[in-house]
Amino acid sequence: MSGGSTPGQYRNEAARTIREEPQVRDSVTKATLTFDAHRVEAFAQIDSERWRDWARDVKTHLLTHLDKYLEEAEAQLIANGAKVHWAETAEDALEILAGIVREHGIKSAVKAKSMLSEELRVNPHLEKLGVDVRETDLGEYILQLLGEPPSHIVGPAIHKSLEDCRELFHERLGTPVNAEPDELAAAAREALRKDFLAADLGISGGNFMAADTGTIALIENEGNIRLSTSLPRVHVAFVGIEKLVPTLTDVAGFVQLTSRAATGQPVGNYVSLIQGPKKADEPDGPEEVHVVLVDNGRTKLLADDEAWEALRCVRCGACLNICPVYRQTGGHAYGWTYSGPIGAIIAPGILGLEESMPLPHASSLCGACADVCPVRIPIPDLLVHWREKAVTAGLAPKSETLGLKAYSALAQRPKLFNTAGAIMRRAPLELGGRALPILSGWVLERAAPEPSAKSFMQMWEEGIV
Amino acid sequence: MKVSLFATCLANQFYADACADTVRLLRHLGVEVDVPKAQTCCGQPAYNAGRRAEACDMARHTATVFSDSGYIVLPSGSCVGMMRSHYPDLLSEDETVPDLVGRTFELSQFLVRVMGVTKLGKGLEGQQIAYHHSCHALRELGVRDEPLALLRGCGAEVVPWEADEECCGFGGLFSAKLPETSAAMADRKLDTLPEVDVLTSTDGGCLMQMSGRASRRSVGPPFKHLASLLWEGVGT
Repeated sequence: MSGGSTPGQYRNEAARTIREEPQVRDSVTKATLTFDAHRVEAFAQIDSERWRDWARDVKTHLLTHLDKYLEEAEAQLIANGAKVHWAETAEDALEILAGIVREHGIKSAVKAKSMLSEELRVNPHLEKLGVDVRETDLGEYILQLLGEPPSHIVGPAIHKSLEDCRELFHERLGTPVNAEPDELAAAAREALRKDFLAADLGISGGNFMAADTGTIALIENEGNIRLSTSLPRVHVAFVGIEKLVPTLTDVAGFVQLTSRAATGQPVGNYVSLIQGPKKADEPDGPEEVHVVLVDNGRTKLLADDEAWEALRCVRCGACLNICPVYRQTGGHAYGWTYSGPIGAIIAPGILGLEESMPLPHASSLCGACADVCPVRIPIPDLLVHWREKAVTAGLAPKSETLGLKAYSALAQRPKLFNTAGAIMRRAPLELGGRALPILSGWVLERAAPEPSAKSFMQMWEEGIV
Repeated sequence: MKVSLFATCLANQFYADACADTVRLLRHLGVEVDVPKAQTCCGQPAYNAGRRAEACDMARHTATVFSDSGYIVLPSGSCVGMMRSHYPDLLSEDETVPDLVGRTFELSQFLVRVMGVTKLGKGLEGQQIAYHHSCHALRELGVRDEPLALLRGCGAEVVPWEADEECCGFGGLFSAKLPETSAAMADRKLDTLPEVDVLTSTDGGCLMQMSGRASRRSVGPPFKHLASLLWEGVGT
C-alpha cells in the first residue's frame, strides 16, 4: 500500500516503488504515454499555440485582478441563490462542511472527483462526523475500496492495471475473474446507483467558475458528477480561488482546452454548468448549493514574484503525463495530493517550503512539461525558483552546499580547477565513489564515469593533430 | 572563420577525445580554432541546484573568458542552453557576453545553421545509429534536425527509437540526488533501444548516464559523442 508518506520521504518512496512494485511503473508509463499521444493529436487539430497564449493571458489577467473577480463571483452566486463560504485554511473548509452536515442532518454523501477535496482531506473528516461517503468516479471508487489516495490528477487509479481491478472487483463485487472492462464498469455503476439514490449530500470541486454569472463548470466523462451534484438535496462545491475566470465565455474556451490537454477529447463527455439550487419551477436539482471558496495557501503563492504563475494551472495533468520522472513511480511517492511537476511547484505554497522538500528537486529539468502546459506555466523555471528559495532558507543539504561552493571557487581559478580535475581523473571512482557525497549516489545505480586518459586542455597544450 | 572552443567541464575530463575531434572537425572545415585557457565551467551545476550566487560567479567568469571571442562553440547542448537561456537573467548587460545568442552554438547547430554544412564525408556508411536528443539541445535550443542531417549526410542510418526525445535521467545533480529514479529513466531509454551499432548524442552528460547504467546492467551498444562520430564521418 502506498499513499501514507510525506514529501520528505520522496526519494525512499520512489526507490521502493521502483524496486518493489515494478507493475506501477509499467501501468503509469503505459497510461501516461497514451494520454500524451491523445493530447498531441488533439492539439494538432487546433491552433494550440494561440489557444495556449489566450489561456495564459486570461488566467494571468484573472490572477492580477483576483480580488475584483472574487467579489463579482460572490455577488453573482448569492444572486443565483447559492450560499457562499470563505475558507482561508483546510480547517476552515472542513469546519464549514461540518456545519452544513449538522444543519441538514446529513447521513450519507456521494462525491464527484475533486482534487481539492483530497487536498482538504474531506473524506476522513466526513467519516469522523459519522457520514457515509462514497467516491463515485470509477477510478476514485476503486481507490476508495483499496484505501488508497489518487496517484494522478485526472486518472486517479492509473497506477493500477486491469488485472488489479479484475481481482478487486471479483473479491468485492463478485464479477467474474476475467471480466471485461465494460463488465467492471457496469458492476461499479450498479453498486453506485444505490449510493446516489440514498445520499443527502453531494460534494464536488469545480474546474472553473465564471465571475460574471457565478457559474461553476465541471468536466467529466462518466456522468457521476452530474448525478452527484443534482440528485442529493444538498450540494457542496469546494472551489479553489484560482479556479475563477472572468466570464462564462471564457469557461467555454477553457473546458475545451483543458479536455484536449487532459485526455485529448475535444470536450469531456459531460460538462455541467451549475448556477445555484433548484428553482421553484424546476423538477430536479439540489435544494441548497453551498460554494466554499478555498484559499489554503493560494494567496501565499500569489504573493510570490515568480511562483504565482503556477496558479494558472487548470489541473489537466498534461505535465504529469509527459514527465519522465513521474512515469517511473506514479504519484504516491510524492507524498501529497498533487504529484509530478505541477505538484512540486505548488507544494511550497500549500504545504510550506520546508515540508515540500525535496519535491522541487524531483525533476531533471528536461523541460518537457513546459512544452505541453496549456496555460504556459514556466514549470522548470519555477522548480529552480523553489530550489533557490530553499538554498536561501538554509534547507539545502550541507554536503551539497559545501561541494558547490568549493566547485564554484575552483571554477574561478582555472589552474586549480585543472589540477583538481587531474586528481579526480586518477581517483578510483568506482571504489572510492561510494564514500563521496555526490558520487555515491551515482555509483549506487551506475558504473562510475570513466575519465579520459588526458584532459582535453592537456591534449590542446600538447597539440592536436 | 574563427571559433573559440568551450570544451565544458564535463567533456574536458570525460570526453576529451570528443573535444579534440571537435577541433579536428572544425579545422577540417577551414575554421581557425582557439581554446581560451582560463575556461572552466558554465555554472549550470550551481544554477540547477538553486545556488544562484555561485552560478552568477561562474557565469561571470565564463563571460569574461569568452568576451573577446567571435563564435563560441561547445560540444554540449545543455551548456549552450545554460548560457543562452540563463546568463541574461544571471548577469547584468555589461557583464554578459555581447550578442550571446548570435554567437554561442552547440557543435551540430553551428555546423548546420552557421556554416551551412550537412555533408562531411561518407565515413559512417552502413552504420546504424540511435540518436538521443539531449533535453536542453532539443528544448532550449530547438536543435532537432541538425545532428540527424549531419549523421545521415555521413551515410549513417538513424534508426527510429520511440524514446529518443525522452530525458535519459541525467539532469546533473539529479542523477546523484535521486539515483533510483534517475536509473529507472535510463532503463526506459535502454529498454526501448533498437539494435544499433552505436548510440550518440550532443551531450556528454547524457552519454555518461546511459553508458554508466548500460555498463552496470551489461547491456547496450557502444556510446560515442556526436563530435567523434562526425569526425569519423569525415572519413579521412
